[in-house]
Amino acid sequence: MSDPLNAAALLANFVIVPAIAYGSQLALGALGVTLIYGILRFSNFAHGDTMAFGTMITILFTWWFQSLGLSLGPLPTALLALPFGIAVCALFVLFCDRVVYRFHRAKRADPVIFVIASVGVMFVMNGLVRFIIGPDDQNFADGERFIIKAREFKQLTGLSEGISIKVSQSITVVTMIIVVAALFWFLNKTRTGKSMRAYSDNEDLALLSGINPDRVVAVTWILAAALATIAGTLYGLDKSFKPFTYFQLLLPIFASAIVGGLGNPIGAIAGGFVIAFSEITVTYAYKKFANYIVPGDWKADGLMQLLSTNYKFAVSFLILLMVLLFRPTGIFRGKSV
Amino acid sequence: MSFLLAEKMTGGYGGADILHECTIAAEKGEIAVIVGPNGAGKSTAMKAVFGMLDLRLGSVYLDGEDITRLTPQDRVSRGMAFVPQNNNVFPSMSVEENLEMGAFLRRDDIAGTMEQVFSLFPILKEKRRQNAGELSGGQRQQVAVGRALMTQPQLLMLDEPTAGVSPIVMDELFDRIIEVAKTGISILMVEQNARQALNIADKGYVLVQGRNRYTDTGEALLNDPEVRKSFLGG
Repeated sequence: MSDPLNAAALLANFVIVPAIAYGSQLALGALGVTLIYGILRFSNFAHGDTMAFGTMITILFTWWFQSLGLSLGPLPTALLALPFGIAVCALFVLFCDRVVYRFHRAKRADPVIFVIASVGVMFVMNGLVRFIIGPDDQNFADGERFIIKAREFKQLTGLSEGISIKVSQSITVVTMIIVVAALFWFLNKTRTGKSMRAYSDNEDLALLSGINPDRVVAVTWILAAALATIAGTLYGLDKSFKPFTYFQLLLPIFASAIVGGLGNPIGAIAGGFVIAFSEITVTYAYKKFANYIVPGDWKADGLMQLLSTNYKFAVSFLILLMVLLFRPTGIFRGKSV
Repeated sequence: MSFLLAEKMTGGYGGADILHECTIAAEKGEIAVIVGPNGAGKSTAMKAVFGMLDLRLGSVYLDGEDITRLTPQDRVSRGMAFVPQNNNVFPSMSVEENLEMGAFLRRDDIAGTMEQVFSLFPILKEKRRQNAGELSGGQRQQVAVGRALMTQPQLLMLDEPTAGVSPIVMDELFDRIIEVAKTGISILMVEQNARQALNIADKGYVLVQGRNRYTDTGEALLNDPEVRKSFLGG
């Protein structure tokens, strides 16, 4: 029986809605990576663990607020804790810059030295996070779980497939839009934002124009820490928080930034969605979907899954490789890697 | 004392000296041009004036004040502006933003200065929303000069402003530079196109191997048979 409506609902529920949420999370992560790359000129391998660190602080504040009985009603308490997570994460990242990167910057070290230093920072952050909160899964989401439940959707539409939208997913998308709009406004309209773009464009000329490099660097780190904490918290609310998962997120985040064009914020967002949609469409099992759209009594034999979800990182890797081989500057012509 | 006086500058980029007792001066509202063969240390002399080079000996005075030990950034706030030869714009920023960045140190209203720059280079007003990286070489050079003028400098230093632009554009740029000088800004310029540059120069410096070889008015240098023979191709 061909039933396109149910097929569409099925696809929306298992592919489109999760991919939009995941894409938003990747986009926020990739924005942080691309910002560091564009302005400080290195690939920050510690970004995934910065996300983990910021999220951990947010979780600790969330637990504290929960124990105090503070809540946002239907919204997760983590949103209340987020500003504190951002603040602590920013301080920590500035501290890392002070003790690690500033030395190399003063020596005008090659980008590769920064990259290796950032790998060191990554391990330290990773260890610190596991030491403080432990390596296990932490669940810190509270408030309402769903905006639309699959069952309600079915009753409403009479379809046999439901679409459910989680609160965390809609918060993710709304937050992403607000954060991206604020970031673009900051970079394009404010004096400090413009000076950051100028510094990214032409460091020497920026110095000649009297732009203070220390300030640019500090603001960049604060923005990167904020983006990382927001992305990490949203990801944790949507799925769960596990330090190792955040470390693994580094690959799809880098893939997003590079696919979009390193150093280009619009590219980072586009790249995030490209990676998220590819990962989810390639690893989704289309058996049920196929059964809805094929005519007559045909039935799919297997799962009709291109790749097992265990291999989802292979998708990011493959896209990354293809982009690096055929269009190293990415979709939006960022800097070549 | 001249408005800008760089006296007996000796130094290099570490290692051997490039400049040897090189002296350069510029008066208010006048154009001083440094010419000379390749490798004569023209650009190095300019960088030394701007503080991008450590001088072993000699000193630089601006308006009678000793600025030898100041960083380039501090010299900008004292009224010097420098237009490098290459990479002298912010390519992914609009023309208007380039000018704004030029005025970064200023906290007052920059609209008036921007209007002045636009009246000097009308094409920039037309292209104000376009990215500087998308402009032609000559237009980009105008952005670079405009950016430097945004600090309202008293001394404008140009490192080969006409490198890589067509002769027509070069003539136009020189005309604009004369106009800038007429507003009372001193100009110090390094040029490859020696003949044309000396034509508009109030004062010319011919450097050879980091030393002053000839120093005179632009006109006198152009008429000096020896200078013509050695440096201006007869």
